[in-house]
Parts: sequence; C-alpha cells; structure tokens
Amino acid sequence: MDAKKKKLTLYVAGQTPKSLAAISNLERICEEHLPGRYEIEVIDLRQNPRLAREHDIVAIPTLVRELPVPLRKIIGDLSDEQKVLVNLRLQDE
Amino acid sequence: MAVGISKSPTGIAGFDELTHGGLPTGRPSIVCGSAGCGKTLFASTFLIQGAREHDENGVFVSFEERPVDIVSNVASLGFGLDELIEAEKIAIEHIAIDPAELAEIGDYDLEGLFLRLELAIDAVGAKRVVLDTIESLFSAFSNPAILRAEIRRLFDWLKDKGMTTVITAERGEGTLTRQGLEEYVSDCVILLDHRVHNQISTRRMRIVKYRGTAHGTNEYPFLIDEDGFSVLPVSALGLDHKVFDERVGSGVPDLDAMVSGGGFHRGSSILLSGVAGSGKSSLAASFAGAACARGERALYFSFEESAAQTVRNMRSIGLDLQPWLDGGLLRHIAARPTFYSLEMHLAIMLREVTRFDPGLVVLDPISAFMESGDRLEVQSMLLRVVDFLKSRGVTAVFTHLAHSQEGSTATDAGLSSLMDAWVLMLNREMNGEFNRELYLLKARGMAHSNQVREFVMSDTGIRLLPPYLGDNGALTGSARKAEEAKARRAEMQRLAEVARAKRAAQDRRRAATAQIAELQAELEASDLELRSIADSEAEYRRQAERDSADMEVSRKA
Repeated sequence: MDAKKKKLTLYVAGQTPKSLAAISNLERICEEHLPGRYEIEVIDLRQNPRLAREHDIVAIPTLVRELPVPLRKIIGDLSDEQKVLVNLRLQDE
Repeated sequence: MAVGISKSPTGIAGFDELTHGGLPTGRPSIVCGSAGCGKTLFASTFLIQGAREHDENGVFVSFEERPVDIVSNVASLGFGLDELIEAEKIAIEHIAIDPAELAEIGDYDLEGLFLRLELAIDAVGAKRVVLDTIESLFSAFSNPAILRAEIRRLFDWLKDKGMTTVITAERGEGTLTRQGLEEYVSDCVILLDHRVHNQISTRRMRIVKYRGTAHGTNEYPFLIDEDGFSVLPVSALGLDHKVFDERVGSGVPDLDAMVSGGGFHRGSSILLSGVAGSGKSSLAASFAGAACARGERALYFSFEESAAQTVRNMRSIGLDLQPWLDGGLLRHIAARPTFYSLEMHLAIMLREVTRFDPGLVVLDPISAFMESGDRLEVQSMLLRVVDFLKSRGVTAVFTHLAHSQEGSTATDAGLSSLMDAWVLMLNREMNGEFNRELYLLKARGMAHSNQVREFVMSDTGIRLLPPYLGDNGALTGSARKAEEAKARRAEMQRLAEVARAKRAAQDRRRAATAQIAELQAELEASDLELRSIADSEAEYRRQAERDSADMEVSRKA
C-alpha cells in the first residue's frame, strides 16, 4: 500500500491567491479520488528559495509527482480537475 | 535628468567609447541578432569584465546552455570564468525546462524564476545580470499572455533592484526580436548582425536605441577573435587632426633632400605610387626602417608579402628589418585582401594601430583592395584610415600599384586628394633597358624639387641620382652613362683645341715681337745713316766755303 502511495509536492511562493487556490484544489481532488493513498507536501519557496534551484522550479505553483516515476510536473492553480487527474494518472490506479 | 544617465562599462573594446561609457546602469538592455552573431559572447564579456575590472559581480541566467558549456565557451578567450565562479564573483543560474514533462493547468506565474534570480543575486552581491536567452521560455510554456506579463514584470523587477541587465534575443522576422521583447525594454537596444557578401563575412553592430544618450546610428563592424569581442568605431572621425612641423626622414637621404626641411611632416600621408617593380615596397620599407632607427614603432601592413619575404627582400638593398622585428619596434601584419571584408580590414587595422601605437604605418599596397571592393567603398575606407592615422599623428605611407604610368595621375585622383605627399615612381624603358625614376608630384606645405631623379637600388641602399640633363633631354641608366662619357670625350677634345689655339696665338705673338725688333734695328740704322749724311753734308759745305775763300784769296792776290 505504501509503495503505491503517491508522493506529491506542491511548490508555492507565499500566500498568493494562486497558491492558495492550488493547495485547496489539490487537497480536494486527492481526497475525492485517492483517499488515504496520497501524501502532499507543500513547500513555500519564499521561505526556502534554495529549493527552487535544487528542484528546478520556475513557474509557481508547480505540482511535482515524484513517485511513481517518471517525474511529472504540473504548473498552474490546478483549476481543471479532469486535467489534473489525467496528468497525475490518478484514475487508472 | 540633467546630468544624464549613468553608465556601466562593458569592457568591450570600442563599445564603451561608442556609447560614451557603456550600457545604462541599473536598466535592462537588449542585445539581439540572428544565431551565431555573438550575442552570448557580448553578454558574457559584459558580465566577466564587470566582475573583473569594475568590481561589479554578476549573475548569468542561462535558459539554453549548461553552465559547463558557458565556462568552456569563453575559456578559449582566456576569461577564466570558472575562477570567477569559484571566487563567488559570478553565479550561473541554469534554467532548464523540459516541456515534455510539463503540463499547464490553470493560472500560474514565474515566481520561481524570480526567487532563484534573487537568490543568485544575493549570493554574489550582483550588480549585473545576463538573461540568455529569455525567449526560450516561449517554447517551454504555452501561455504567451502569462509569459509576456511575467517577462515585463521581471524587467521591471530587475530595474527596481538596480541591476544592469543584458537580455539576449533572437532576431525575428520583420522585428528586432522574435517575441517583440524590445517593446518592454525602452532604454537600450543593440542589434548584432552577421552578413556574408561575396563569401566574405562581416560582423556589424548597430545601436538601435539608447535613451538619453547621443549615439551613432551607423553600423559598426565588430570582431570576435582570440581577444574576444571588440567593436570598432570607425566613422566618428573629423578633420581636427594634429599638425606637426617636425620632419621625419624617409631612410633615403637623397629623397629627404628633395624637400625643404629635410623630410616629410610627421603625421602626413605619403602615397608612393608606381607600376610593378618600380620600388614602392622597398621605399616604403625604408620609411619603416628609418622610423625604427629613430626609436619609433612602425607598423607594416602587407597585403601581398609575408614578413619573412619582406625581410629577405629588404636585405638585398642593405636594409635589415629583422632586428627591429625581433626588438618589437616593427610589427608586420600580412593578410590577403580577400581574408576579410573592407570594413573588417579597416577595423583590424584601426585596432592594431590603437594597440601597437606606432609612429609610422605602412599599407602595402592599397591598390590590392581595389579588386576586392567597390571603388567608392575602398575610397571611403582609405579616407577613414587616413583620418584615423592623422588624428593620432601617425605618419602614413601608402603604396599604390598603378597599372599604367601615363594615366596614373588621373586614375588615382580620388586618392591623391587624401594625401599630403605623393611620390610617383616610374619604370621607363629607353634604349632597351628599364630604369627606375622617381619624382615628387606633390608635397603639401613643403618646397620641393621638381626634378625627376633616377632611383637606384643597390646592396648599399637606395640612392636618388640627379638626372643627366644633356642635349637630348634627361637621361638615365646606361644611356646616361653613355651620354656622360660622350660629354667627357667632347670636353677633352675641346680642351685640346683651346690649348692648340693658345699655342698658335703665342707663336704669332712671338713672331710679331721679333719683327718689331728687326724693324727697330732698321730704324736705328737709318737714323745713324741720316746723321752721317748730315755730318758729311756739313763737312762738305765747310770745305766748299773754305775752298771759295781760298780762291778769292788767290784771285785778289
């Protein structure tokens, strides 16, 4: 079960409307479609800008799916649920 | 602003002079041009020179090349970018975006880029930023509206932070940059260009816009070579030359003696023109040798011969240039006219002159350019060379290959007005032999001999012999020798004649004197005779009187 867990990292920069929207959209989608099978980490790059370089983040907000591989990046406020699902391939799980 | 905007020097030779100081400080500037025109090099030079020479650290944001590639690209120019990175004077921020692993859903911004840039700027305490090439973002992100807004915000942000920024951009169709970035940058736009004409490439730079600064709108050629990027401001030259009264020798004392003052003016332009084999290069080399002998530096641009060839050839006339070359007083630069375009030649010449700072420059021959370019272009180039050298007070010697001796004065008219002195060299056939002749067609500001001299090169140097002016006109070569011999013979004959006549007259005089003596003797004899006649007459009379008295006495008696 743990191995199948999605590890999602959401990079934001401060409490901007876009960031807040992305966080709430992501939590909602995950709760609906992946209850208990996800792990979300929100990183505020404003607090730790070094990570932007390390993880090669340019656009904000960026959602990174580190697991399962391959790495996948989604940028934007995640306002389109279907698209988010397609890109995270959450449905076929 | 009354004081004008402040400027940050780029360290690019020529560019800072052209813009009176460099790029606008604390503002973004765009450097645009097509692929391979040197944008990235311009930007790197700006950054590296800033860190090295002006204590302004920098951040290089690369959207394309990896940091190792950037370092190795400029390593060939001896910039040592890696050392600057190690010393934390320059930071390279590589922004790599792989569109394949990216999906866009909803609204976003480029705050990550801002954060990273800020981090890098703070890390090195940067004053300068390079964005190379920010337009790559347009291929990574699909929403141009967001990108434009963000790029505009980025430029404003950099301006607020007081970063002197260089943004490189690809040249677009009909626009300066592909994405119209020039709309966002209102301060300074520089266009780089790389053109190939007749298979000869020329790089040119133009300042399209530079707010708050007077700038030339011309295109200026620039070079990218082992010394990096250099712009060559060539047209901003006027007629406010320095003027010298000092004379410089030509290395040929006989030639110096032909002008009043014992030489040509320092800083003047001297044209040596003549047909093939008339000794132009030799005379030009002699000028160079004389300059070196005075302790001045001389720069010899040869468009036909290599340095070794020139040295060897000059040895044959007793002029050894090798010690000057070895000692660094003489620099010989050989390049075929077709190596570069005219602009490039000009640019290189100006750069070399600026670097070497010679007292005398030789261009041998300028006619080599005539084949490689349009007449007017060549003339304008030469005009710039002349003006440039004059403005620096450099004496210039140009050789020009004339195709015919007769029309030479007419065909070179375009050049002659640029020249202060014109030495015409002829190679004339007469009685089955060619003889070199030289004369001073013009010498501004100097009284000069109007004679045609015979130009004689031997292993002891160049000599100018005064012409033989005989009954049959001026003669040179063996005709001159023959005529001189003939004259010598005639003279001897004449002297013998005079001696004979003199002797004859003396003889006659002696004879006359003898005659006079003879007559004198006769005269004296006659006088003697007359006296004796008179005496005997008187004696007779006395005798007769005595006789008649005796008779009277006897009769009376």
